[in-house]
Amino acid sequence: MPRKPIVTATIERLEILSPDGSVDEALLPELSGEDMVGLYREMVRMRAYDEKAVKLQRQGRMGTWAPLKGQEAPQAALALAMEPEDWLIPAFREHGIMLARGVPGHVLYAYWAGDERGSAFPEDVRVFPIPVPVGSQFAHGAGVGMSLALRGEPGVAVTFGGDGATSEGDFHEALNFAGVFRARTIFVIQNNQWAISVPREKQTAAETLAQKAVAHGIPGIQVDGNDVFAVHVAAREALDRARSGEGPTLIEAVTYRLGDHTTADDAGRYRDPEELARWQERDPIPRMRRFLEARGLWDEQQELVLTDEATAWVEAQVEALEAMPAPDPADIFRYMYAEMPASLREQMEELREEVSS
Amino acid sequence: MSSTIHEARRTAGPAGEAAVTEKVTIATAVRDALALEMERDPRVIVMGEDVGVNGGVFRATEGLLERFGPERVLDTPLAEDGIIGTAVGMAMTGLRPVAEIQFMGFVYPAVNQLLAHMARIRNRTRGRFHAPMVVRMPYGGGIHAPESHSESYEAMFLNAPGIKVVVPSTPRDTRGLLASAIRDEDPVVFLEPKRIYRAFREEVPVEPFTIPLGVASIPHPGEQVTLVAWGAMVRVCLEAARALEREGISAEVVDLRTLNPLDRDTLLESVRKTGRCVVVHEAPRTAGFGAELVALINEHALLDLEAPVQRVTGFDTVFPYARLEHHYLPNRDRVLRAVKKTFEF
Repeated sequence: MPRKPIVTATIERLEILSPDGSVDEALLPELSGEDMVGLYREMVRMRAYDEKAVKLQRQGRMGTWAPLKGQEAPQAALALAMEPEDWLIPAFREHGIMLARGVPGHVLYAYWAGDERGSAFPEDVRVFPIPVPVGSQFAHGAGVGMSLALRGEPGVAVTFGGDGATSEGDFHEALNFAGVFRARTIFVIQNNQWAISVPREKQTAAETLAQKAVAHGIPGIQVDGNDVFAVHVAAREALDRARSGEGPTLIEAVTYRLGDHTTADDAGRYRDPEELARWQERDPIPRMRRFLEARGLWDEQQELVLTDEATAWVEAQVEALEAMPAPDPADIFRYMYAEMPASLREQMEELREEVSS
Repeated sequence: MSSTIHEARRTAGPAGEAAVTEKVTIATAVRDALALEMERDPRVIVMGEDVGVNGGVFRATEGLLERFGPERVLDTPLAEDGIIGTAVGMAMTGLRPVAEIQFMGFVYPAVNQLLAHMARIRNRTRGRFHAPMVVRMPYGGGIHAPESHSESYEAMFLNAPGIKVVVPSTPRDTRGLLASAIRDEDPVVFLEPKRIYRAFREEVPVEPFTIPLGVASIPHPGEQVTLVAWGAMVRVCLEAARALEREGISAEVVDLRTLNPLDRDTLLESVRKTGRCVVVHEAPRTAGFGAELVALINEHALLDLEAPVQRVTGFDTVFPYARLEHHYLPNRDRVLRAVKKTFEF
């Protein structure tokens, strides 16, 4: 037979928790009630942190902010699934999981307030700094996954990106490297449907982003990204696979950016309000609350307490941010090299003189 | 290191002690430096296109795979951005990757990783992370190669703060500078003058040694004119200096060796002494590193000058294909004409 199919690929989609709060019991992960409540609490805290930042920006107390609203589920799910030894290599809309992995809230706020100290995470926090060039972090994730194996250290690299980033060459090079070297790396695509003003269907003619894994010889799966259980199941499978040396996985979490691209953007210019309304009905947080309430794991009283706690925590981050001393202009020079060259020292002195005069 | 010793012999070192040396080319010196550093530090790995089984298209990584295994000598997919991007992730988490870009003309896809990440990680994180890695790139023309195999774009990296730039011109310097680059806590772009990879051999100590980054050398001391160069152009300057000697002119050749950090003191001392200077590089003239050197000399030694500093450089053109490349590359006679101008000013 001169022609015959030699590769056929199937991409699964996983959904467990419906917008109405009902679940597919057969697929529900074996999580304790405490963990389930923990996922909810984490998502609520993320949203409070995010909404506060948008308010601060409007008040002139914060720089440009990239809202995460609506994308809490993949971040909470991965945070719960990851082990302490795992590394997070975020893009720039991963505030939620960055907090969950130990980045102090006021430090991350400082980044967005225009202060490099906002990426000086504590030594024991295994989180990479925010990378701005879209998609460029994926290769770091592949490298970290390879590095862990080469150094004989436990751990998996979890790297995030958006739907727009899958159009970048870096994404494909990273998946390809990870596949070839069977890197302990998980690629999580938060497909929030929009790369600023360009919709997902204009990024690729492919039906899913998950299928991009196929050409790179690695598993790919699509999950309902507003369903924290579906993401959690896919994450656990991928983490287990990576940990046991079976290589990388691509997870496409289909979600929606309920806010603007950044506070410098107005999504009303290019998005249909009806589309937004449809996605608001699929919001990951209320659906999880419905689920927990139906299970008797959550009630109105607990909700009130959580709201207060989240608000108080966020306010404490803002206070800590605003209590940070002003950055030293010499810091511009101080961290360029391990040792400052004489020529740079001269330039630093030039600035010092200018500042003190 | 027995596998790398070809003509090992004992020679007297500067202090009279016996040092075992061997006569090697620049290409072999690269390989030996890599092997010694890999032996010394298990965090050092080598990665790039064809660096493993093939030993590199210039054989600069020959034998490393056999010696250190596929976990430390990685034949990567053909993707420059992927090579540098993964190396950044590795360097940030405890490895010391030495990544090869097969030819400098192929580096452009990786510029995002080099400039947006490798150069900035330490500063971005206020020292929480750094990227101790080396990116080796054969650079420059003169080997009759196809298009995009002859570029000399060091200026691009010199305009990207955070990246050290090293360009050796001899086997000994290659060994010592590459060892320093690998041990350095900052990212280093290490440019290898492929035109002279095998042009000559030099006695090089077999034992590990380093030559500090940021220190120029003076391979030909002189009194009346300073010729400044790096990489393959040092040889051109030495030829010119010897020709000048026959005419009774004493030229001093300064081999910068490291372009960032720059050894300003050695350069300026030489220019103050001679009062004349010719800067030679094969990169295009406009916004080339020569322009920076002329500006520095003017800022710090203008009144010591007998004549304006001359530049002998590549033209502001695309690097020509093989049949015309000898017209493009600076040569001895061009340097001599420039020297003449400084005397006739």
